Amino acid sequence: MTGTGFDLDRLLNTLAAWALALLWVLPLAYAVWTAFHPAAFEARFELLAPLTLDNFEKASNAAPFARYFLNTFLLVSLILAGQFFLCTLAAFAFARFEFPGRTFLFTLVLLQLLVMPDILMVENYQTMRLLNLVDTIPAIALPYIASGFGIFLLRQTFMTIPRELDEAARVEGASFLGVLWKVYIPLAKPTYLAYGLVSVSHHWNNFLWPLIVTNSVDTRPVTVGLSIFSAIDSGVEWSVINAATLMTSGPLLIAFLLFQRQFVQSFMRAGIK
Amino acid sequence: MRDFTFKRDWIYGWLLLLPALVFLFAFTHIPAVTTFLNSFFSTPRGRRPAKFIGVDNYERMLGDPVFWKVLWNNLWYALGTIPVSVGLAIVMALWVNEKLTGRSFVRMAYFTPTVLPLIAVANIWMFFYTPGFGLVDQITGALFGWPASNYLGNPDTALNAIIVVTIWKEAGFFMIFYLAALQAIPVTLKEAAQIEGAGRWTIFWRITFPLLMPTTLFVCVNAVINSFRLVDHIFILTDGGPDNASALLLFYIYEVAFRFWETAYGATLTVALLVLLSLLAIGQFFFFDRKVHYK
Amino acid sequence: MLKSTFLKAVAATALSFSTWASAQAVDLQFYFPVAVGGKAAETIQELTDAYVAQNPDVTIDAVYAGSYQDTVAKAITASRGGNPPQLSVILSVDMFTLIDEDLIIPFDDFLTTEEDKKWVDGFYPAFMENSQTGGKTYGIPFQRSTPVLYWNKEAFEAAGLDPDVAPATWAEMVEFGKKLTKKDASGNVTQWGVRIPSSGFPYWLFQGLAIENGATLANAEGNKTHFDDPKVVEALQYLVDLSTKDEVMAPGIIEWGATPKAFFEGQTAMMWTSTGNLTNVRDNAPFKFGVAMLPKKEQRGAPTGGGNFYLFKGASEEQSKAAVKFVQWITAPEQSAKWTIATGYVAPRAETWETETMKAYTADFAPALVARDQLEFAKAELSTYQNQRVTGIFNDALAAAITGKKDAATALKEAQKQADEILAEYR
Repeated sequence: MTGTGFDLDRLLNTLAAWALALLWVLPLAYAVWTAFHPAAFEARFELLAPLTLDNFEKASNAAPFARYFLNTFLLVSLILAGQFFLCTLAAFAFARFEFPGRTFLFTLVLLQLLVMPDILMVENYQTMRLLNLVDTIPAIALPYIASGFGIFLLRQTFMTIPRELDEAARVEGASFLGVLWKVYIPLAKPTYLAYGLVSVSHHWNNFLWPLIVTNSVDTRPVTVGLSIFSAIDSGVEWSVINAATLMTSGPLLIAFLLFQRQFVQSFMRAGIK
Repeated sequence: MRDFTFKRDWIYGWLLLLPALVFLFAFTHIPAVTTFLNSFFSTPRGRRPAKFIGVDNYERMLGDPVFWKVLWNNLWYALGTIPVSVGLAIVMALWVNEKLTGRSFVRMAYFTPTVLPLIAVANIWMFFYTPGFGLVDQITGALFGWPASNYLGNPDTALNAIIVVTIWKEAGFFMIFYLAALQAIPVTLKEAAQIEGAGRWTIFWRITFPLLMPTTLFVCVNAVINSFRLVDHIFILTDGGPDNASALLLFYIYEVAFRFWETAYGATLTVALLVLLSLLAIGQFFFFDRKVHYK
Repeated sequence: MLKSTFLKAVAATALSFSTWASAQAVDLQFYFPVAVGGKAAETIQELTDAYVAQNPDVTIDAVYAGSYQDTVAKAITASRGGNPPQLSVILSVDMFTLIDEDLIIPFDDFLTTEEDKKWVDGFYPAFMENSQTGGKTYGIPFQRSTPVLYWNKEAFEAAGLDPDVAPATWAEMVEFGKKLTKKDASGNVTQWGVRIPSSGFPYWLFQGLAIENGATLANAEGNKTHFDDPKVVEALQYLVDLSTKDEVMAPGIIEWGATPKAFFEGQTAMMWTSTGNLTNVRDNAPFKFGVAMLPKKEQRGAPTGGGNFYLFKGASEEQSKAAVKFVQWITAPEQSAKWTIATGYVAPRAETWETETMKAYTADFAPALVARDQLEFAKAELSTYQNQRVTGIFNDALAAAITGKKDAATALKEAQKQADEILAEYR
C-alpha cells in the first residue's frame, strides 16, 4: 500500500468515525440544548438563543430527583452485590463440581436467561405482597438477583481456568472456598467487570417492574420518576424532561466516562496475563 | 486426578447452588409454571373464578391476527437490530481503538446511549421524528427540500423508526465489549501479519474477527434477548401503533395482561414467547459453541 | 400453593406488626394519576396535607401512580395481590372494567342523608353519565376534561379570516382550513389548517365527530357498541378526508404529545385537544389564540374525559366512610377551584364556578368557560365492559382507516364484529 493511499484511507476512516459520532451524540446534544434554553427554542436552533436554568428549577420543583437518584444508586448496588455473590457460588459449582442433577439444574438456570422477570410481574407482585416487601427497594431487586446470565457467563470463564492452578492451591492447603477466592475470582475479573457493566446499565434504565412495585418517593428509581414528565394530556415539554434527564444521568455519564478507562485497562491487563 | 471425594463434591455443589436456586425458584420457575398452568384456564374476573378451558387460549392465539402481526414485527425487529447493531459496534470499536483525531470525543459519543435511560431518550427521539418541526424533517427539508414526513404515524415506517432507536441504543453499548476485546489482542499478531504483507481487510477477517468470537457470542446472546425485551421506547414513541404496526410480542403481552386484564391469554402469549426464545437460544448456543471452540 | 406455604410464616410475622401499627387512626391509601404537566401532583399533595391537618383522626397516603394507564394497572395488580388502595382516581371509562373485576363498591351505601343525595346531584349530568350504572353511583368526577378547538388568531388574520370567529360547522372547518393551509415554493406544506391528533387513543377526539354527527358509540349498559353505524362511518370518512381529499390536515397518525408544540410553532392554525392543555397553551403560545367548542354537524358535541374517584373493596367500614368524607371535601367549591386553576381541568360542579376565586379566574381568562358551556352538549366517553380491549380494537380500526390501510366502512365493520364477540357474554 502506498503512503498517500494509506493516508486517504485514514482520512476517510476518521471522517466516517466522526460522522457516526456526531449522529450518536445527537440525542445528548439535543438534551443539552433544550435543557439550557427556554421552551420556545425546543425546535429552533439559533446560535444566540438566550441561556437559562429555569428548566432545571422546574424539573427539580416537580420531583425530588436527588432522592430518586439515591434510590437508583442503592438499587443498582444491591442488585450488583447480590448477583456477584450468588452467581459466583453457583457458577463455581457448575464449573468444578460433579453432582447428581448438575445438567438438569444448569438447564433450569439457563431457562432464567429467557424467562425475564419482567414477564412475570403479576405473580412476582403477589410474592412481594406475601413477604410484605411491596414499596421497598429490595422488592425491586430480588427477582433479578439470581441471574441466569451471570451464572452462565461466570461458569464459562471458570471453565477456561486450568485445573492445574486450583490443584496447586489445594496442595498448599487451601479449602475449596479458598481456591475460589484466591484463584477463580481474581482470574475472572474481566468477566465481573463486563457483567457488572451490563447489570448496572440495565438496572439503571429498568422501568416496568419498578413502576409496578414502588409507591412512594422513598423507593422510586430515576426512570419511574422521569416518567412523571411524559404526561400525555398536555403536550410533551421537552425542555423540562431533558433538564431532568441530564440531572439524573449527568453523574452517571461522568462516572462511566471515568470508569470506562479503568474498565478497558483492567480487561487488557487480564487478557495479557 | 482431583482430590475432592465424590460424596463431598455432591454436597459442596448443592450447597454452593442453594442460595441462587432459592431465588431462581421463588421469582422465576414457580411463577413461570403458574403462568403456564394459567394458560389452560380462563381469566378470573371478580365475579367469575377461573375455570379449566383446555387449549382454548391457544386456539384463540393461533386465530388472533394481532398475534401473528406482532410475531412478524418482532422477527423483523430482531433481524433489523441484531446484525446492524453488532456490525456497527465492531466498526465503532475498531475506529476508537485506532489513533484517531479526537478519539476521546468519538468514544464518548458512542458511549452516550448506555447512560441515558431509554424511557427518557424516547422523548428526544420523538422530537427528532416529529413531522414538520422535528429535527429529521428540519434537516431533510433544508438539505433536500423534502416535505414533512410522518415517520411514526405511518404504518410503513413506524417499526423502522423504532428499530433505528434500538440500534442507536445497542451499538453504543456493545461497542464497549468489542473495544475491551480488541485491546486484549496482542499487537505482535497484527505486526507479524503486516510484515507478511497482509492488508487491513485480511488482517481483520483472518486475525481480529476470529479472536473476537467469544465477545460476539456474549454480545449476540444479549442482542437476541434484547430484541424481545427492549420495548420501553415503544410506550412513548408509538404505543404500538398505527394499527399494531410497531407492536412487539412483549409489548402485546403487556397490553393484553396489563391493559386488557386478560391474564390467562397474556400467560398463553408468554408461553409462546418463551418457546420462541428457547428455540433461538438453543440454536444460537450450538452454533456459537462450535465456532468459538473451533478457533 | 407451594410458594404461599413457603412464604406464609414470614408474612404472618410481618403482618401482625403492620396491623398493630395501623390500629390507632384511620389509614387511607389513595392512588392518583397525573396526565397533565405542571402542578397536578403537587396540588393533590397540598390538598391532602391540608385535609389531614384539619382531620387528625385520618392519615392519607396519596400515591402518585403514573399515568392513567399505570394507575389502573397498579390498582388492579395491588387488589389481586390483596393490597388494594381504599380510594383511587381512575379513568371514568374504566368503571365497567372495575365492576367486572369486582374491585369497587358504590358510593350509595355511604351517602344516606338527604344532603348527601343533593351533593351527588350537584355534579354536571354529562360527567355523571360515566359514573353511574344500574342506578348506582360508582364514580365521583374529579379530574375531568373535554376536548375543545384552539385557534391561532394571527394565522386567521393572515389568511384573511376574522380572527375572532372559529369554525362553527364541519363544512366551515374545511373551508377555513383550506384558506389556512400554506405551501412554500416547492409545494411543501408549511402550515396546516387543522390538527386532530390520532396517536394512542384516537377514539376520544373521533368520538367528538361521531357525537356531532348524531351517533352514539356505545349503549349506557356498556355491553353493545355501534361502530358500524352509517353515521359513525360518515364521521370517520370526514376525518380521513381532512387529509386525503381536502388536504387541510397532515396525513398519517398525528402525535398527541407533539400537538401543542406544533400549534405554538405555527405548524397548524387550529388544533383539537383537551381542556387540560389550557394552562400550557396560555403560558406558551407566542401569539393570540382563541378557544371554541368543537364544530357541529347535526349538533354540537364532545365526549367527556378524565378521571373519577372510586371506592375500593376490601376497606373497612371506617376507611370507606373516611374516604367518602375526603372526596366530599376535595370536590367542594374552594378546593375544586384551586384544583381547576392549577390544572385546567373542568370543575365538575356548578357551584364551584360561582366562587369568587373562579369568577376572578374566568374574568381574567374567558376561554376557561368554553369547556363548561360545552358540557351541555357533551356525552359520555366511550366505555364498555372490557373497555381497554374494546376501545383498543376501535383504535386499531381508526388507525387503519386514517393511514389508508382499510376504508372506513370495512375497518369499522370488522371492529364491530370483534367487539360483538367480546361483549356477547355481558348481554
